[in-house]
Amino acid sequence: MLEIRCPYCGKRSQNEFSYGGDGNIKRPTLGEEINTKDWDDFVYFRDNPRGKHTELWQHFRMSDSGLKHQEILLPMRYLQLVK
Amino acid sequence: MLDKQTPMGVDIIQNCEVTGFDVTDGKVSGVQTSRGSIKTKKVGLCVAGSTTLLADMLNMRLPIEAHVLQACVSEPVKPLLDHVVTFGAGHFYCSQSDKGEMVMGGDLDGYNSYAQRGNMPMIQHVLTGGLAVFPNFSRLKMLRTWGGIMDMSMDGSPIIDKTHIDGVYLNCGWCYGGFKATPCSGWVFAHTIAKNEVHELNADFNLERFHSGKIIDEKGVGPKPWIG
Repeated sequence: MLEIRCPYCGKRSQNEFSYGGDGNIKRPTLGEEINTKDWDDFVYFRDNPRGKHTELWQHFRMSDSGLKHQEILLPMRYLQLVK
Repeated sequence: MLDKQTPMGVDIIQNCEVTGFDVTDGKVSGVQTSRGSIKTKKVGLCVAGSTTLLADMLNMRLPIEAHVLQACVSEPVKPLLDHVVTFGAGHFYCSQSDKGEMVMGGDLDGYNSYAQRGNMPMIQHVLTGGLAVFPNFSRLKMLRTWGGIMDMSMDGSPIIDKTHIDGVYLNCGWCYGGFKATPCSGWVFAHTIAKNEVHELNADFNLERFHSGKIIDEKGVGPKPWIG
C-alpha cells in the first residue's frame, strides 16, 4: 500500500488519491501562440524515466489543488544494487 | 529453440544487454551490448515496457508511459473453468491454468512505474470484480501476485513504424493487450524492416498520428494512459 503525504490530512493510503500524471508537464499559457510541435509534446510526449519521477496526486478531499510529490519508482531490489 | 532457428539464420543471444547504438548522420550502423558490438544497418526495436529506456539511447522521445499491470494466481483447484472469462465493466479476467490455478487480473495500478510490482488496493479491486462473477471463489487463497511493465501509448493503440533514424524501426505501445496480436504484429514488422516501408495493415499505427491528430478509431484511450 502506497502512503502519500497530504499537507492537510497527513499520510493517507493511496486509494484516497487519484493520479494526475507527470508533475513536470507545464501547460501552455492560455491565449498565447504555440507551435504545433510544442503543443504535441505537451499533450503526448513524455520523459517516462526509470527513477525519480515527479507526479501529480490529488487527495479526494482536496477540492481543486493537485499536490506534487517526488516518488521513487524503482523497486527496493534495484535500490540495493545501486548502493 | 536455438538449434531449430539457427538454420533459418536467427541467432538468439541471451544475457546480452543493449548499452547503446551507433548512429552517424541520421543512420544506424551498429548496436553496443554488454558482450560486444554488433554492426548492422537495421535495428528493430520491440521491447515493450523497456521501450523508453532504449529510445533514450537514440535520443528519441516517445508518447509512451510505463505502467504496472498486476496479475495473480490462486491455489490449485479441480477443473472448473475451460475458457477465459472477461468482465470488462468490472476490470476482471480469469482463466484456469493446467495446474488448476485460477489466473486472474484486471486493471493497471494507475501510476507510472517500472517496479514490476503493484499494491494491494488493485488486487482487492480485481478480486471484488471476480467475486461478482464467481462467488464460488470467495474462499480461494491467492498463491502469488506479480506485475509487468506496460508500455502505454497515449491513445491506447500500438506504434509500428519507421523512425526518423534511417534503419531503426519501432514496434511498441501495445499497452497491456498485445500478446494475442503477436503473429500479426511480427508479420507486419518484418515486412516494414525488410522492405523499409510500412505494410498497409500497420500504416495507420504510426508516430505521425500524434502530430497530425489522426488518432486510430478503435477502442483506445488518451491522452491519459493510466486510465484503463
